[in-house]
Amino acid sequence: MSDALDILDQVDKWKASGKGVAVATVITTWGSSPRPVGSQLAVDDSGAMVGSVSGGCIEGAVVTEALASIADGKPRLLDFGVTDEQAWDVGLACGGKVQVFVEKVS
Amino acid sequence: MKAETIVALKEARASRRAVVLATRLSDAAEALVYPDKAEGDLAADAAVVAAARRAMETGRSETVDIGGQKIFLNVYVPPARLIIVGAVHIAQALAPMATMLDFDVTVVDPRGAWATTNRFPGVKVVKEWADEAFDEMGLDVSTAVVTLTHDPKLDDPALESALKSDAFYVGALGSRRTHARRKERLAEAGISEEQFARIHGPVGLNIGAKSPAEIAVSILGQIIEVRARRLEALSAPKVAAA
Repeated sequence: MSDALDILDQVDKWKASGKGVAVATVITTWGSSPRPVGSQLAVDDSGAMVGSVSGGCIEGAVVTEALASIADGKPRLLDFGVTDEQAWDVGLACGGKVQVFVEKVS
Repeated sequence: MKAETIVALKEARASRRAVVLATRLSDAAEALVYPDKAEGDLAADAAVVAAARRAMETGRSETVDIGGQKIFLNVYVPPARLIIVGAVHIAQALAPMATMLDFDVTVVDPRGAWATTNRFPGVKVVKEWADEAFDEMGLDVSTAVVTLTHDPKLDDPALESALKSDAFYVGALGSRRTHARRKERLAEAGISEEQFARIHGPVGLNIGAKSPAEIAVSILGQIIEVRARRLEALSAPKVAAA
């Protein structure tokens, strides 16, 4: 929990310095997943990030969507690890499934 | 997420207030739901506010379906706090161990020679009488209190005040005999049998602890157990009264 607020502290700093920021949050998990519901990853418009939504497997894909959200202002709901094949594609080899919500900080 | 929302979440942390951030996934509309009020776009939606308050009780963040809309409820509860009464030897072991377990630790002792930050690096030290310090701190449901001074003058007012609060754990160091005498004294001070029964005394799990560090482990083991049982009970499905 202090973890989550440390991430928001960073978001605050980025916003104060005029950067575009998006926050990604794990909102649902099934099976074994590396990070619990509520885990967050914040991304600024240069792609710098703080926090995590997985053990490192899906961060790349999430950052791409976060940058898109900063650009168009729309929230996004991302599903990872639905099938074995997709799990392999995004690198969620741990076998779990996670749903991640990405939104721009306005 | 709005920048103002982040400010509000940080304020809630600073004042140790529980808050739930409800977010509608279709359009990122939000509400900040506190125990006593709700603010934001979704604050007028009674179903969202009710679901958020339930999540606050269990302390678990989750996604719920309300009227065909997916709502994510992110629960921000204040970190558990441990208040140690008595800046004694056991406290010097207990404070760093509790910090390692993510407790927000405060040591309270009115005696200046004991309550020094030298003896308790990195921990809040309050040089006041416990009951007065408690009034300022406000003991909530995520607070545990342990008295360690062995001195009724210091321990008794702390216990009296802790038993009248919402603290989820109250423990008192001392043998069975000490504890029996304590019961008599507190009864005279108006503490009922039921209230007294909330005190874990002799304090800690019975693991044959002898050294200050071992006693600290037994106390923390008991606090963790009490907290886990309480959360289990809260998240268990409620059985309708007959």
